[in-house]
Amino acid sequence: MNTSALVVMLATLLLVTGLMIYFFIRVLNAPPKPEPDSYLENDDDDPERQLPNR
Amino acid sequence: MSANKESWGSRVGLILAMAGNAVGLGNFLRFPVQAVQNGGGAFIIPYLVCFLVMGIPLLWIEWSMGRFGGKFGHHSTPFILDTMHKNRLWKYIGVFGIWTNIAVAAYYCYLESWTLSYVFHSLGGTFNGLDQNGVADFFNHYVNLDTSTTGIPYEPIVFFVICLLLNTWILSQGLAAGVERVAKVGMPLLIIFGIFLAYKGFTITAGENGAINDSSVGLNFLWTPDYTQLWSPSVWLAAAGQIFFTLSVGMGTIHCYASYVRSKDDIALNAMSAGWMNEFVEVVLGGAILIPISIGYLGIDRVTELVQLGGLGLGFKTLPYLFFQWGPVLGAVAGVMWFGLLFFAGITSSLAMGTPWIGFLQDEFNWRRKPAAWSFGMIVLLLGMPTVLFFNYGVFDEYDYWAGTVSLVVFALLESVLFAWVFGMDKGWREITSGADIQVPAVYRFIIKFITPLLLLWVFIGSLITPKGGDWGKALAGEWILDDGSIINKLKNTSLKRQLAEATDPVVIAQLQDTLFFVNASRILLAAVFLSIALLVYIAYKKRLREGRI
Repeated sequence: MNTSALVVMLATLLLVTGLMIYFFIRVLNAPPKPEPDSYLENDDDDPERQLPNR
Repeated sequence: MSANKESWGSRVGLILAMAGNAVGLGNFLRFPVQAVQNGGGAFIIPYLVCFLVMGIPLLWIEWSMGRFGGKFGHHSTPFILDTMHKNRLWKYIGVFGIWTNIAVAAYYCYLESWTLSYVFHSLGGTFNGLDQNGVADFFNHYVNLDTSTTGIPYEPIVFFVICLLLNTWILSQGLAAGVERVAKVGMPLLIIFGIFLAYKGFTITAGENGAINDSSVGLNFLWTPDYTQLWSPSVWLAAAGQIFFTLSVGMGTIHCYASYVRSKDDIALNAMSAGWMNEFVEVVLGGAILIPISIGYLGIDRVTELVQLGGLGLGFKTLPYLFFQWGPVLGAVAGVMWFGLLFFAGITSSLAMGTPWIGFLQDEFNWRRKPAAWSFGMIVLLLGMPTVLFFNYGVFDEYDYWAGTVSLVVFALLESVLFAWVFGMDKGWREITSGADIQVPAVYRFIIKFITPLLLLWVFIGSLITPKGGDWGKALAGEWILDDGSIINKLKNTSLKRQLAEATDPVVIAQLQDTLFFVNASRILLAAVFLSIALLVYIAYKKRLREGRI
């Protein structure tokens, strides 16, 4: 590959992949909010929430 | 009371569903073609700038509007917009957020059904042994509803119906058990398939398996920057347009998904995570498959020629042939992976298109999820059949242009004005930052208020009065001739009428006259659907008044 194409490609791929991983890790490491929250998986005491298969 | 008490299963599930909504066939078929046509590697600069100043702001606007409307029990844009300002007209602007999805789903599900059919044909070895023309002919016969290699009569219609049944059934299972579960399976598989094909795209060697170029030739073609193109407004317009299509903003699906998020939960980080996931799929995977593989086997000249016809031709008429240069087994595997990833990209988007209509019926008319989902399937079937039956008369393209292109820009422009100027930036900023798990840069307050609406206005005006050949220099110098692709000339059918005036062959004249008829009929049909939804919104509003809910 020519140098300018290689530089643009690598810079873009690294930037986009890096930011995608960074934000996803931030989501995984974010402390959960107190119940009732928006999600069913960690929900066992919120009667308003609908069961998934209903 | 609304029958809608649904919820997302998990935060990761929501992000995958939202990323799945954004990731579509355009990530793999449209982005590389746009990049090649607009300066190669230099396209990425306007593209990323537009993502930062238009894409991310619109994601935050739509996520926060959705969550805000959800507080009042609204899960579709008409009444989400209605809660943001007392002017009653806003809810009719919100009709775009249901109409666009139904109209786009009508042709998109047909496109999605092609991918399902091609998975089947790749597995069955239909393309094995066919030359390039044979594979292209297969596609032409397929969309003409001519012949069927499987012996199934009207095979495209059968696959279309199967695809719709699948979508409808998944939607009827609900958010967590249906949409989210598909995203949790589909998105990782899509990424795995994409990585495999990208690896193949990066490792083509000239002389092996019939390849005439190393993969570096294709990568050079795609990534070599042409910085002179940076001064072209057309390139910036193309970049802004690509950001629109890729993020699925201006559709109403993000509002709907986000309306199930509670007000104390984060949206700012969720939006960034889903947005960058889409960019990863588009730029990293999408850029490494279509162009490098095509150029590896066909050469730059042939691909430049094919690129003018768009990504669909390359994806469906060319790649199946190229995959079988790797041998029958690897060819079949690559075909299944390519069309499989397109199928997952498609279905995670089409499912999102069903949710605003379902949410609307649940909220306003107390429908249960299942009948609401089946009503969506039925409407899409009826509205989609003209795109199947009259594909060669421009019906498919007409739906794509008005519902999948123009409508997105119009709705995004209006919602950005509503959010930043009518609802107010103070309240808007509070909505974006409330419960945020990241620090939202303060500069975005300025960007959302000024830059994003102005950029959207420019995109809209640029599309409305596009100068001939995208030559803005000539246009600004006083010679402003409208391009056939401009909204005004599209509306006037300028291109079709010119072709009709120039045609001499009676067969061609008859075909063009039929096309003109079907094009106008499609527009009337789409307008009728819009008005019908607006009428339903009016009825819902009256019902709310009667019930004292307003």
